[in-house]
Amino acid sequence: MALNHPAPRLSPEELERTFADINPPLTRAQALEEGSRCLFCYDAPCIKACPTRIDVPLFIRQIMTGNTVGSARTILDANILGHSCARVCPTSVLCEGACVLNAEGKRPVSIGSLQRYSVDRILDSGKRLFSPGPDTGRRVALIGAGPASLSCAFELRRCGHQAVLFDSRPTPGGLDAYGIAAYKMRAADVQREIDMIREMGVDIRCGFTVGVDVSLAQLESEFDAIFIGVGLGRTDRLGVPGEDLQGSVDALTFIEQTKMNGLASVAIGRRVAVIGGGNTAIDCVTAARRLGAEEVYMIYRRGPEDMTAFAYEIELAKKDNITFRWHTLPVRILGNSSVEAVQLICTRPGPPDASGRHAPEPIPGSEFTLPVDMVIRALGQQKKVDFLSTIPALALRKGCVVVDPETGQTSNPKYFAGGDCVNGAAEVVDAVAEGKRAARGIHAMFSINSTVAGREASHA
Amino acid sequence: MPDLSVNFCGVRSPNPFWLASGPPTNTAHQVMHAFEEGWGGAVWKTIGEPIINTASRYGAVDLKNVRMMGLNNIELISDRPIEVNFREISEVKKRFPHNAVIASLMVESRRESWQEITHRANDSGADMVELNFGCPHGMSERGMGAAVGQVPDYAAMITAWVKEAATIPVIVKLTPNVTDIAHMAAAVAAAGADAVSLVNTFNSIVGVDLDTFSPCPQVQGHGSHGGYCGPAIKPIALHMVSSVARHPGAQIPISGIGGVGAWRDAVEFMLLGATSVQVCTAAMHFGFRIVREMAAGLDEYLREKGMASAMDLIGRSLPRIMDWGDLNLNYKTIARIDAEKCIGCNLCYIACEDGAHQCITSDARPAADLRHGPIPKHVPKILDDECVGCNLCSLVCPVPGCISMIEVDTGRPAMTWRQLQEARGKSPMCDMRDLLAKGGVAGD
Ligand SMILES: Cc1cc2nc3c(=O)[nH]c(=O)nc-3n(C[C@H](O)[C@H](O)[C@H](O)COP(=O)(O)OP(=O)(O)OC[C@H]3O[C@@H](n4cnc5c(N)ncnc54)[C@H](O)[C@@H]3O)c2cc1C
Ligand SMILES: Cc1cc2nc3c(=O)[nH]c(=O)nc-3n(C[C@H](O)[C@H](O)[C@H](O)COP(=O)(O)O)c2cc1C
Ligand code: SF4
Repeated sequence: MALNHPAPRLSPEELERTFADINPPLTRAQALEEGSRCLFCYDAPCIKACPTRIDVPLFIRQIMTGNTVGSARTILDANILGHSCARVCPTSVLCEGACVLNAEGKRPVSIGSLQRYSVDRILDSGKRLFSPGPDTGRRVALIGAGPASLSCAFELRRCGHQAVLFDSRPTPGGLDAYGIAAYKMRAADVQREIDMIREMGVDIRCGFTVGVDVSLAQLESEFDAIFIGVGLGRTDRLGVPGEDLQGSVDALTFIEQTKMNGLASVAIGRRVAVIGGGNTAIDCVTAARRLGAEEVYMIYRRGPEDMTAFAYEIELAKKDNITFRWHTLPVRILGNSSVEAVQLICTRPGPPDASGRHAPEPIPGSEFTLPVDMVIRALGQQKKVDFLSTIPALALRKGCVVVDPETGQTSNPKYFAGGDCVNGAAEVVDAVAEGKRAARGIHAMFSINSTVAGREASHA
Repeated sequence: MPDLSVNFCGVRSPNPFWLASGPPTNTAHQVMHAFEEGWGGAVWKTIGEPIINTASRYGAVDLKNVRMMGLNNIELISDRPIEVNFREISEVKKRFPHNAVIASLMVESRRESWQEITHRANDSGADMVELNFGCPHGMSERGMGAAVGQVPDYAAMITAWVKEAATIPVIVKLTPNVTDIAHMAAAVAAAGADAVSLVNTFNSIVGVDLDTFSPCPQVQGHGSHGGYCGPAIKPIALHMVSSVARHPGAQIPISGIGGVGAWRDAVEFMLLGATSVQVCTAAMHFGFRIVREMAAGLDEYLREKGMASAMDLIGRSLPRIMDWGDLNLNYKTIARIDAEKCIGCNLCYIACEDGAHQCITSDARPAADLRHGPIPKHVPKILDDECVGCNLCSLVCPVPGCISMIEVDTGRPAMTWRQLQEARGKSPMCDMRDLLAKGGVAGD
């Protein structure tokens, strides 16, 4: 990618420093001190605020009593991606946000860090805490190998069902592997966790796009149930002239480079404009800064109060000295072959839109030009309607798969679904919870079917 | 300015804080440093025929991340020659004439041995002697320490021998490893003891190593029971001090020992009858400097209470200790939760539900996370009519001042169990001999 003014490349050592773990692992002493702050609440709110319902007070008590293996078992039993979640969950709005210590004006217990402490030890030891259930002869295909499918597959194996995952990408993990900001977790960390799932007998076939390399019809004939865990699609386009100039990239491609290609290979401009106000936009500004960009702008068409990014993510961007441009909208991207500037227009809040927020209205005549060398668009991800609509009788709402809230079953009884393609973009932990829910739904369906089949057989 | 000094058997000490006999009082070097820091007195590490110690010697019980809630040791008396100890006592006394120096003694149970060492103590310039009848390990196997302190007749006999030879007051240090420590105190008081100090350490095994199966502390993979002390023993020591103070046969000064680490502890011991307090574990844990805060805290407390002298504290709480049968059964309190302060941990709920009287209700907590709006606080409710006022919820509540016990007027006049029994025409006492004679059939 030829950039107008590329920023000087940082050395690999400098990059390791700028992308260092923002939440370094706890030492044993730190874990014991932190764990001792847990009150062991009854019917604890942290459990209720964790989508996967990890018994947090129990696992902390287990750490405190020296039963680290037991603590990891408690965590992974509820959430097999307990390592990823410990590092990537927005804990301040999940478990830690619910911690009762907040109500007393105290810092909540660092649940995420303690969770990581526990699971790290198990991953380091190579111990395996779970084993597959006795073979039932049932086979389930899972489309996608992101958190939703991985969690679903693990639960299915515990029940003794075969689980075969198909993913278009060369490595499994979905966005958990290639989408999470590198200072939270590196792609390689996810693979250790996936190895644990693989060793349960989960078959992961990478480089297989369902609908291209293998047809839905084939899956339907070979498998007893199918789980849809395809996540979301490409980043939305801005729809402005100049979007295809060199140096204009989409957020997912940009972040994926930082995760999969090695930080040193990622080119960054001296001045970078990131368009958007969500968590992905934050991940882009902080990554741009850490790669060496000198000026980083966050361009958002609404005001700070309307940003969808979590407060702590916004704080992170502020610490990185990002320039926020509220109430501005890109009109066109300027440049010959590479990006040279972005033309922006100021907005004001108009009447409320469908989301209840004020729709931004451009203020005529307020255009101005911001010289930049790169434009990263971090709008939402598209729904995978094209693919989903090829599945027979699959009900969608606003592009998301509609499922039974108890079982994860879709309107086509053979299909179950979970993760971003159902919830429309949430967190890894939600995908894990929904994958687990679907596995239970599938298992329940198999159990009912086999009782029915058993009854029919005995009547015959 | 309140007077912190105390008069203990005629010996004045600039404050009631003494170092107990133990490692902190091994040498003149340490005791002089302690006096510089502000300790009022020191009981020398027990002097006797020098012994040989083991490695290791200490074990401890931690509470969450608080270290040494309880300390256990299998250390014996001084390992230094008798003459060195007495020579150093003389030096200390010369340099610090106004501090109380007490020579702790333990020798084999022979009249000549005890009288000989008492003479040497008289001559050393020590203000008092303390007879160590308490060491629960090692020395007791040799017929000393607790082996003496557990048999009233032995303790009384040795006390009398020492009294014959002593020209200075004699304190007897009691072991808590007995059924009734007040009975022991009365026995040595009758034999002429000028004062008692209590408690020495409790028989204990602080733990077992789960990998080697060896008890802690271990000596080459083996262990022995040791003496337990530190904050963990304070409540038991407080009770023992008060029971001695209330015993009509033991009306002599008491030096209170066991888990003292701060001025508050000292005040409690004094309110229950101690004239001075002794400290070992806390000094081993944090060093001599802790006495500064102890003195400052006591000073502040006396000012606040308008008391002129630390001696005014002694025994002030004793009249409030009664037999259970004299407590008012019609006094009622119930728990009240301050919903503003409550943080919703629901520890009170589960404590009452599983561990008390099912007087608190709480619905199942709904699932909620901050991505979908604020999380409502989950405040349990006390069932006022059911609450028996046991205190448990207020004890488990982690928020200061959140659960309080409110007095409620029952409208009934005060009534003790004793009065109730009398009204029922039954004896308020149950004499065990009667009971045995009747074959175990009690009145109520
Ligand atoms: C930039 C970014 C940062 C994020 N940061 C965080 C964070 O810090 N913390 C957090 O909790 N969450 C974060 N998320 C959200 C989180 O990554 C997702 O919610 C989660 O990964 C969703 O899991 P999933 O399994 O539903 O889908 P995905 O992770 O998207 O996985 C879907 C998989 O399906 C595969 N696939 C799709 N179609 C097909 C097909 N037809 N055939 C075969 N395979 C197919 C894809 O290749 C992909 O691997 C972030 C998301 C983004 C975009
Ligand atoms: C390591 C150690 C050695 C002790 N040695 C003696 C001793 O030689 N003579 C004695 O009378 N008491 C000895 N004690 C008991 C203390 O004087 C004191 O009675 C006991 O520790 C309780 O007080 P504390 O809770 O402040 O430690 C020793 C205690 C410890 C911890
Ligand atoms: S998985 Fe995430 S939300 Fe759940 S307890 Fe762990 S860190 Fe908290």
